[in-house]
Amino acid sequence: MKQKKALRDDPRYRVANREALIGAGLVLLNFIMWFGFAYGLGSKPVEEYQYIWGMPAWFFYSCIVTTISIITLVVLAVVFLFKEVPLDEEGDEQ
Amino acid sequence: MNWEVIIPLLVFLVFIFFTGLYASKHLKTTSNFLQEYFLGSRQLGGFILAMTMIATYGSASSFVGGPGVAYTMGLGWVLLSMTQLATGYFVLSVLGKKFAIMARKIRAVTLIDFLKERYQSKWVVILSALSIIIFLFSAMAAQWVGGARLIESLTGLSYTAALFIFAVSVLVYVIIGGFRAVAITDTVQGVVMFLGTLIILAGTIIAGGGVGNIMTDLAAENPDLISPYGADRSLTPLFVSSFWILVGVGVVGLPQVAVRAMSYKSSRGMHKALIIGTVVVGFIMLGMHLTGVFARAVLPGIEVGDTVMPKIAMEVLPPWLAGIVLAAPMAAIMSTVDSLLLLVSSAIVKDVYLNYVKPEANDQTIKRFSMAVTTVIGVLVFAMAVNPPELLIWLNLFSFGGLEAAFIWPVIMGLYWKKGNAGGAIASILTGVFSYILFHTFMPNAFGMHTVVLPVLLSLLAYVLISLLTAEKYEQVQQEVITKLWSA
Repeated sequence: MKQKKALRDDPRYRVANREALIGAGLVLLNFIMWFGFAYGLGSKPVEEYQYIWGMPAWFFYSCIVTTISIITLVVLAVVFLFKEVPLDEEGDEQ
Repeated sequence: MNWEVIIPLLVFLVFIFFTGLYASKHLKTTSNFLQEYFLGSRQLGGFILAMTMIATYGSASSFVGGPGVAYTMGLGWVLLSMTQLATGYFVLSVLGKKFAIMARKIRAVTLIDFLKERYQSKWVVILSALSIIIFLFSAMAAQWVGGARLIESLTGLSYTAALFIFAVSVLVYVIIGGFRAVAITDTVQGVVMFLGTLIILAGTIIAGGGVGNIMTDLAAENPDLISPYGADRSLTPLFVSSFWILVGVGVVGLPQVAVRAMSYKSSRGMHKALIIGTVVVGFIMLGMHLTGVFARAVLPGIEVGDTVMPKIAMEVLPPWLAGIVLAAPMAAIMSTVDSLLLLVSSAIVKDVYLNYVKPEANDQTIKRFSMAVTTVIGVLVFAMAVNPPELLIWLNLFSFGGLEAAFIWPVIMGLYWKKGNAGGAIASILTGVFSYILFHTFMPNAFGMHTVVLPVLLSLLAYVLISLLTAEKYEQVQQEVITKLWSA
């Protein structure tokens, strides 16, 4: 039987798995910021709202600040954490 | 007729038409027709990849329906729409490199090619092909109806004439140009969507006398318009949060989006697309829905939500600029439709015909057959859209959430869990589709969450449970699959 499991995973998959986890982590952070600001600041009566740049504070933080922060984090993650790997198989000239 | 509005729209349609024609040149020189026609030979760069993903995903609802609801509900709906920011980075980082590498190992051209090799099961292929053909065909017809209605309302042409103009401008370049023509026109359409959003948002803010003024007006009309709970306080935190599944992470399961994750050239391109995609989707979703809300302060009293965008554009912008802005929803619809058309065609040609009917067909036959199938589907959709049958409208209700529930786990678990097998995939697809239809019919928005949530959880359960229970039956096959897909 030559089915002994001596096979090793493609090393590129370690990179891929790590980046998938980073993506999931970003979603989690995105959700927490979005939810926390929206309902943390927006639950009180509208008369008591504070305003930033004309917008209710909950909206400013959960939709504007969160969006800009996540975009910044995506850029940082891509630049510093994502690795470039060749995608093609050796000898797979299309 | 308002020619100043119509002329920019016409120019846009003609421009798209010729861009598509130009892109189709590649097909003449390609050595592998299938790879080129259905996947653009995996040559997409970062910018085009980002734009085709966003444009395919962004549809009539992002530009017409969504802003209309935002007009009625207020800022709470903008909050809900921002769950879509995640699609910009989640799809590419999760499917990302793994999907691209595996797809290359097995030379997959379609999503179903991947499922076929991963699960080695005829039933997985047939069930997935059927769901794609049925649901996406209906989705496509619904988008055509939207496109034709939009042209009808802007130009005053009859519905059928409008539908005809729309059909011709999309069909020709998809049929003769394939995936590359779709991706390149998507890019132009994506740029139009971005610019349209920018212009209309700026125009509406100026017309309303600045953001502060608009907020004061809205709060004076109904304070809840600026609360996160919606004008009638119907948007509960749980309901709004459940959209993270429907339009945030669940988008991974949409075949038209997933297939793009194997179409790019290099990891550098993918990295660029991650950044551009997140910026563009964030801006478009925020901008369009915010415009919908702001429109209420400028033009109060609009009854029909779908007419908010055309009306506000005509109100706050000079006619020619309104024409450019109104090309944006047109672009959104066209860029969704062209991708769906090609995807349904690939399911028939590649996944059914070449797998089970005539595996030995040569390149010339495949070429003629592919173009013929694409044409026939196009004509069929046109015929359906002239007078949409009830069944089609009913099926379209499931085309988004139903497909997500069907495919999300066979794809994600297929990539990341070696124990997932054909039994699990079949169970997951069936559970996803049928539980979605059942919940939608008998228990919509169960427990205060969007209908999609429970079917997605149930199909995960089915996938894991059945995979574990049938582990022995599939042991041999799994060993081969792992060798083929995982080993270096």
